[in-house]
Amino acid sequence: MKWNRRHVLDTDDWSRDEIETVLDQTRAMIEILQRPIRRAPPLRGRTVILFFAESSTRTRVSFELAAKALSADVTNITASGSSVDKGESLYDTVRTLQALGGDVVVMRHASSGAPYFVAERTDAAVINAGDGWHAHPTQGLLDAYTLRDALGDLEEKRIVIVGDVLHSRVARSDINTLLPLGARITLSGPPTLIPTAWRCGQLPHSVTYESDLDLALDGADAVIALRLQRERQASGLLPSLREYSRVWGLTAERVARMRSGAPVMHPGPMNEGIEIDPAVAHGTRSLIEAQVTNGVAVRMALLYLLAGAGTATPVEERA
Amino acid sequence: MKLEGRYIEVPGFMDLHAHLREPGFEESETLATGAHAALHGGFTTVCAMPNTDPAIDTPALVKEIYSRAPGWAEGARVWPVASITRGRKGTELADLVELAEAGAVAFSDDGNPVDDAHLFRSALEYARSAGRVVIEHPQDLSLSARGVMHEGSVSARLGLPGMPAAAEEIAVARDIALAKMTGARLHLTHLSTAGSIDLVRRAKADGIPVTCDVTPHHLAMTDEWVAGSRAFAWEVPDEALRGVPYDSSTKVNPPLRAHTDVRALWAGLVDRTVDAIATDHAPHASTKKDVEFDQAAFGISGLETAVPLVLGGVRAGWAPLATVIAALTTGPARVLGIELPEGDRLTIDTEVEWVVTPEAFFSLGKNTPLMGRSLIGRVDTAGIGLTKRQGGLRVAEAISGR
Repeated sequence: MKWNRRHVLDTDDWSRDEIETVLDQTRAMIEILQRPIRRAPPLRGRTVILFFAESSTRTRVSFELAAKALSADVTNITASGSSVDKGESLYDTVRTLQALGGDVVVMRHASSGAPYFVAERTDAAVINAGDGWHAHPTQGLLDAYTLRDALGDLEEKRIVIVGDVLHSRVARSDINTLLPLGARITLSGPPTLIPTAWRCGQLPHSVTYESDLDLALDGADAVIALRLQRERQASGLLPSLREYSRVWGLTAERVARMRSGAPVMHPGPMNEGIEIDPAVAHGTRSLIEAQVTNGVAVRMALLYLLAGAGTATPVEERA
Repeated sequence: MKLEGRYIEVPGFMDLHAHLREPGFEESETLATGAHAALHGGFTTVCAMPNTDPAIDTPALVKEIYSRAPGWAEGARVWPVASITRGRKGTELADLVELAEAGAVAFSDDGNPVDDAHLFRSALEYARSAGRVVIEHPQDLSLSARGVMHEGSVSARLGLPGMPAAAEEIAVARDIALAKMTGARLHLTHLSTAGSIDLVRRAKADGIPVTCDVTPHHLAMTDEWVAGSRAFAWEVPDEALRGVPYDSSTKVNPPLRAHTDVRALWAGLVDRTVDAIATDHAPHASTKKDVEFDQAAFGISGLETAVPLVLGGVRAGWAPLATVIAALTTGPARVLGIELPEGDRLTIDTEVEWVVTPEAFFSLGKNTPLMGRSLIGRVDTAGIGLTKRQGGLRVAEAISGR
């Protein structure tokens, strides 16, 4: 299909075709990454600006590798997380980005919705690399890719997402990306960490909530554990990390409740021993390292679609 | 009064709740621009909230507002509301009796709910003896403090911290209990949830001396506006009209609520549970709004769009025109316990279509999610105190001669 999106801000309004276009493109990128020299030319002469206003080594490095593998010029802008506290406003930064004239801005920001603010005010294509609690589209897409790789067609597959859904942009993007592919999703976790509206029946179609993780996992096709921020305890949302770990931590016994061989995923960085047992994190069902590898390929695919497709020859022909 | 036909003739409106920002925040609004904007929107009397810098907490400051306010030829008459507590800090009562003597028409710490129930009780007792109403912004801060929009399915989707309806309803229930105990006049401002309206309805049935107002934006918009919808509550959503999500012009406190809440506010107007429509006009300089959604200031510049918003609901059949006009005239006057000023007259063109642009506002605050939208209905002429003056101020001329 023809790619029409200028930005990647959220996948909430993406069609199945659009998601599959990215996943197909990702497969082509995986092939490039498996070559002895991991580099293809389609973004030569293009500039990708990495604007990370919230620290994240993993995602930033993943984008950097992706951009370089496609021969783009990559530059970094670090900025303070909060405009009000640190003096530099997002508006200032946007004007700088605009003046620098990058082709693609990849941004991470602590405020939900900040990528929309930037996209409205710049000519560059904007890729959301995570905004507040809202969205992390490349994580959603790489999780979809990883799950398809492991399970095949996701139609009617049941994926469990366990943990701090309320504050999780990963959970939101996983939901928005997996649902159009036909998956069903079960959310599990402490009631304080699931949006109240979702617990009270206003859930998106094909999503359910099951507070008992054992029941949620029974017969499931895969599980994605979310990172638990330690400060949730201080803000009165959790009695203790110890209790959380006992009730909602992924252990080998719990994982065994899923369909045989069902994979375990985590967006990283993990709190081993809290939301996931080390034996599970590093066990045979874990796809956590595959997620990292696939992440580079998904980001290459998006960079290619936004900055290379239409103007450059397809990657297969030029490589 | 003439309520038939394209041009209706009504008494001048009274706004119980506007932020005119002077002294202290003149980059957002001044008494002059605010009073002018008020008249442009049909409000011939506007009550200025005291969350200025300094807060209006002494008789001298009350008199200062009167002396700085523009004359009646330039804008609405401005009536100062004084703060309940010194510096609006919620710890010590201001000199309420002396503030009333100096001309404060009501007391409010608006923006800061009086958290301490004991202090609020004292405020009610004192205001009662001063012959003034207390205007309270009901909100339980322990539930709402981190929130930036209504807590519900939209906030869940957008990943924004929510302000639950219960945060308002808990405070409404507390305040009603204190009004019942003291017998003092309590006015709850900018109620936004169905539960709040229910609580006031029951309190009124029990004979408790409580009144309330709602804002035009809470009557017209839902929390879907934060996600980019630009459909009024009575309209079928139109994808072509969609705005960008996370537009900080939709950020307001109390937040835009769910559709069922909006319906409940209209039902409250119709059965007179709701006494008044007040704008909560909250102008902001662009630097306060042109930032990330969670960092942006709360508030909508509302004086100049109140008329088309409420007329929209009337056209949809959600309330009779006479009810809405009463909520803008005799209703607020009764809340303050005064007569509506004589001789203020408006002519409203109920059919004219106009587009909201920065230039269309006299207010310095251009912060409204209606920017760029076409609205129907506008004040054609407004006159203050016709008994003293020949003819009203021709608003349309005032715009062109600006």
